[in-house]
Amino acid sequence: MISLNINGRDYSVQAPDDMPLLWVLRDLLNLKGTKFGCGIAQCGACTVHVDGRPVRSCMLPAANVGPREVTTIEAIGQKDSGRRIQQAWLELEVVQCGYCQSGQIMAAAALIERNPAPDDAEIDAAMAGNICRCATYARIRAAIKSASRK
Amino acid sequence: MVAFASSARARAATSEVTSPSAIGGFVRISPEGGISLVMPSVEMGQGIYTAEAALLAEELDVRLDQIVAFAAPPDGSLYAQPLFKAQMTGGSTSIRGFWTPLRQAGAAARSMLVAAAAQAWGVHPNECSTKDGTILHSSTGRVLKYEEVAESAATLPMPEDPKLKSREEFRIIGKSQRRIDTSAKVNGSAVYGIDVMVDGMKTAAVAISPVDGGRLKSVDDNRARKIPGVIDVLRIDDAVAVVGEHYWVARAGVEALDIDWELGPNTKLTTASIRAEAVKAADEGTPIKALERGDVETSFKNATKRVTAEYELPFLAHATMEPINTTVHVRPNGCDIWVGTQTPVVAQKHAARITGLPVDKVALHNHLIGGGFGRRLQADTIEQAVHFAKQVPYPLKIIWTREQDIRHDRFRPCYLDRIAAGLDEQGRPLVWTHRTISGTVRRYFAEDGWPEGKLDKDAVDGAWDSPYAFPAIRVDWVRHDPPVKLNWWRGVGPTHNVFVVESFLDELAHTAGQDPIAYRRALLDANPRAMAVLDKVADAAGWHKSLEPRSGRGVSLHQNFGSYAALVIEVAVAISGEISLNKIVAAVDCGIQINPDTIRAQIEGGVLFGLSAALFNGITFDEGRVEQGNFNDYRQLRINETPPIEVHLLESNESPGGLGEVGTVSAAPALGNAIFAATGVRIRRLPIDRSLLSKRENA
Amino acid sequence: MKRILVAVCALGVVIAIVAACFFFWPASIEAVQATQAQPTGYALVAKGEYLTKAADCVACHTAPGGQPFAGGRAFRLPFGTIYSSNITPDGETGIGRWSDAEFVRAVHRGIGKNGEDLYPAFPYTAYALLSTDDVLAIRAYLSTVRPVSLRNTDNTLVFPFNQRYSLRAWKLLFVPTRPWEPSTAHDAPWNRGAYLAEALAHCGECHTPRNLMFATKRGRKYAGAVVDGWKAYNITSDRESGIGAWSDADIAQYLSSGHAPARGSAGGGMGEAIDLSLRHLSSEDIAALTRYLRSIPAQPSELAVRIDHHPATLNRATAWSPGPDRNESIGFQIFASACASCHGWDGAGQQTEHAEFLGSPAVNDPSGVNLVRVVLEGVKIGSHRGDNLMPSFAAAYSDAEIAAVSNYVIGHFGGKQGKVTAADVRAARN
Repeated sequence: MISLNINGRDYSVQAPDDMPLLWVLRDLLNLKGTKFGCGIAQCGACTVHVDGRPVRSCMLPAANVGPREVTTIEAIGQKDSGRRIQQAWLELEVVQCGYCQSGQIMAAAALIERNPAPDDAEIDAAMAGNICRCATYARIRAAIKSASRK
Repeated sequence: MVAFASSARARAATSEVTSPSAIGGFVRISPEGGISLVMPSVEMGQGIYTAEAALLAEELDVRLDQIVAFAAPPDGSLYAQPLFKAQMTGGSTSIRGFWTPLRQAGAAARSMLVAAAAQAWGVHPNECSTKDGTILHSSTGRVLKYEEVAESAATLPMPEDPKLKSREEFRIIGKSQRRIDTSAKVNGSAVYGIDVMVDGMKTAAVAISPVDGGRLKSVDDNRARKIPGVIDVLRIDDAVAVVGEHYWVARAGVEALDIDWELGPNTKLTTASIRAEAVKAADEGTPIKALERGDVETSFKNATKRVTAEYELPFLAHATMEPINTTVHVRPNGCDIWVGTQTPVVAQKHAARITGLPVDKVALHNHLIGGGFGRRLQADTIEQAVHFAKQVPYPLKIIWTREQDIRHDRFRPCYLDRIAAGLDEQGRPLVWTHRTISGTVRRYFAEDGWPEGKLDKDAVDGAWDSPYAFPAIRVDWVRHDPPVKLNWWRGVGPTHNVFVVESFLDELAHTAGQDPIAYRRALLDANPRAMAVLDKVADAAGWHKSLEPRSGRGVSLHQNFGSYAALVIEVAVAISGEISLNKIVAAVDCGIQINPDTIRAQIEGGVLFGLSAALFNGITFDEGRVEQGNFNDYRQLRINETPPIEVHLLESNESPGGLGEVGTVSAAPALGNAIFAATGVRIRRLPIDRSLLSKRENA
Repeated sequence: MKRILVAVCALGVVIAIVAACFFFWPASIEAVQATQAQPTGYALVAKGEYLTKAADCVACHTAPGGQPFAGGRAFRLPFGTIYSSNITPDGETGIGRWSDAEFVRAVHRGIGKNGEDLYPAFPYTAYALLSTDDVLAIRAYLSTVRPVSLRNTDNTLVFPFNQRYSLRAWKLLFVPTRPWEPSTAHDAPWNRGAYLAEALAHCGECHTPRNLMFATKRGRKYAGAVVDGWKAYNITSDRESGIGAWSDADIAQYLSSGHAPARGSAGGGMGEAIDLSLRHLSSEDIAALTRYLRSIPAQPSELAVRIDHHPATLNRATAWSPGPDRNESIGFQIFASACASCHGWDGAGQQTEHAEFLGSPAVNDPSGVNLVRVVLEGVKIGSHRGDNLMPSFAAAYSDAEIAAVSNYVIGHFGGKQGKVTAADVRAARN
């Protein structure tokens, strides 16, 4: 049994030792907002927060999470940073196909959480691990700036 | 059917929930479920739900925040794209095809609702007006909601030729609208095909023959079946599926299989062998003529200079963010498919064939697509899933790995182009010839393949209809089908041809010692829309402003999908050969604009999509196997490589043009031309080999 | 005078005959038998499986992407290429028809089924120390693996290296003639560790420098060497360049997982040895190995890397931010794109402990020799918590880009000026 704290709730799941958090979230807990993109931590679609840090859940065994708090896209709007990012995303119409955007929003929320007013270079450094095939990058940059001004 | 709420309160409104009144094919109204609009095109990021809803809502007189949109079921008679005469989303056709039909559908539904209200009130419909989903009888002040008269309206005859609003009357069209599909996409509640949950569903991972055309010889599944949570091991001709309680255990099962493949006829295939065959076809093949105008041979004789070049483009994978997945439930009396597809009718037909069920017993529930780019125009992956699912009683979800998604993609063709021009003493082109050697994408879409000797226009699109007036021109195509399965890819024919045409035109300008924009303008006298976007982009990009050494600007111009686009890219090339994108400026005339902000978004994303491929991507083969597999070796452009992008939209009264692919087509030639301006190295082969751009003495 | 001439001639003939006999006399073969202590049945196969892992047979006898033990892995040497052989029990192409005696002779003396001398890429200089019981147990296990029909690939060595008989002289000099004998000067764990290191794991094959005759230098045991372009670091007790400063726990953790805090992570051949072999050893054996390694006399090493455990560049870096040490360089940008997700910016390893940079010799070495290879080839080390995986970046990034990102990593995480050039990367690709 693996014990997890996700979005403020405690869960116990029966899962193999090597099962990544991504698949525990998606297939065992039905939290489908976190997406499978590459499986090798190269695209960022699976980004969640573990104790506030953005991590790639596709390469994080759930058994390694321990007592740390996991936050997913489903609950990030309950945090001020997440709410501001989501709002800016809608206001600037960042989203196209949307598949990567859970990960983008998680990475962006973590960024403004620790750096309330990032400049372009700081945004790029923090967001460069997240691929968007629709290439919504210019709007992501603008939306993070807009959210950080609020 | 899955629906998308117009606000964050994700309503599960589907046609099944409330059995609403159907007012024509596109409007469903029920007292509880409100107003639902049926989307004939599938949403894969291009913003089509919002644009198509805008066309309907404009004439129906409802606000976009009053409606929910849901995917049309497969029904070729109701939802065929007029330009394809098939229910299919692709080729930047949605708005071009549905511009009039959807407005007519909205107007017809509105007039039926009005007629029903007038009947109820016993007044003449002309005395009634509509606003925001209500009908008003102005003289008495009586008001009815659409929901209240929908049932009776649905029984009325549909007007043949409803009056449409004039452009001045538009309240939605032409104004940037908040997209209706995105609020669910920022909080994780949007449901893509991969997210489907069905009662009793099991999940499978697969192993596929590593060489296309290979067959399963034998599989030892003893170890896999011992893994707790593994339920079944299923076999088909060229693949094995391990079914598990969840995806991860299924994948562990696949890794525990011992499989012997009969690798088939393609084990010797390499990129070099494919190229050699293409060169042979270029030398010996019979060209199929697409266009010949003027006297080509005489014009070459009269020319003072002949310029020739050979261009090459690679196979490309789609690499959508959402990996391939399909959920299928096959029962003795029916079949359900949950998937995101660009061709629902084709998928349904294949499923009927494979299961032996009548087509009307196959229900396809179309979903949001996490990036299409053409990949989901083909149903090969759905066919595979049905083959597996018909072996088991439960609903089965199949998910491919990223590596399978790339290696078993159906690829954008590789191309070899031979192009030539004869110039007069001022350097102007007297004659232009362009020969493409490529496979036939259309043979994967036509029922009976593609007959020899017949032109596949896709191979010459963008070449035979370039914006320029050449006194003499010949465009032809040598068909050479490589043993690699092909598919359309964002930008289709023009992505390839415009790269060749616009790069070569740049070569001619430099040969003539002329400015590339001035050189193009001289060929555009008869093409004011093309001239206008070119002038706009030159002005906005500061075309003549000076730049640092090893920096340069490049331009491209094209007219495809009913739109006109000019693009300027500014680059700097490091001594080491690395390319920095400094600035991108686009000017687009797409006729009447539906949702201007989405148009900008499509151009921004489309250009970067094209640049990503031009800079980094080419699918290569060795021993019949695709050599790329994931984003570590099939690299994608990232935010820190993205420069500022400006998009200028030109006002127009022309019919709306397509947009999803316009930016992608513009990208590679503008980049190649910019690199030439910066370094003097001409890019004739993609992806760009950056080692050619390094300065030797420092390398 | 004449008698002297005759004597000289006679002596010459005798020497020639002796030499001919030495080089060309058919190799002898001795009957083999296990001792009373040898288990039987399943226990024997289980013992053999463990020893096969400890000796890491699968690493060399499997081609990339190929079937386990079916051979075909290429070893490119300056004088040609040697291919490992199929050791599955397939009768035609594997070792299914070998007798136990032939198998033991091959492992102990480097002699093939038909008496031919085998090249010492097959580390029989170490395996000669194995007990006959252990070799027979390995044989018993190999008889149970899946037979694969795959014909051995011919070696492509140039003259004179293709003359196998010449190996007999080399063997006479460098191959031990008797199995390992425990030292009475040490206790049982030390002896077990020595047996593991010297006979099974053959650590010295990579970590001991070689002489002009390509044999390991006896006086320089474990002092570090360059193997296949990788630096196989000093693992003697030297505090500066070796593992003298490592705790027992560090060594044990590194051997059993491929990583120890602030000591770096294994890659290349060591990564493979941990993935396929060492991580499967019992904790007692890991402790024994640790004990033995600790006892190796300190040696200096020309491969020494000065490790900066607290580079100033990391002073204000966090897991998520490079701090002030950021720039617009290509290396920085690539690190942000492809690397930072897992490694983070503060050296502590964002995604997994294997992604830690602090204390890593690879990122503290200005030449970037190992670092470049890791970037090009990636790493995969399994664990019960799943694979610790870094993909290969060779295909998507240019020589100049890989040089740039390597130099950024050396600068930011090692606090040193990296000296990697595009030409270095080009050379490392081959």
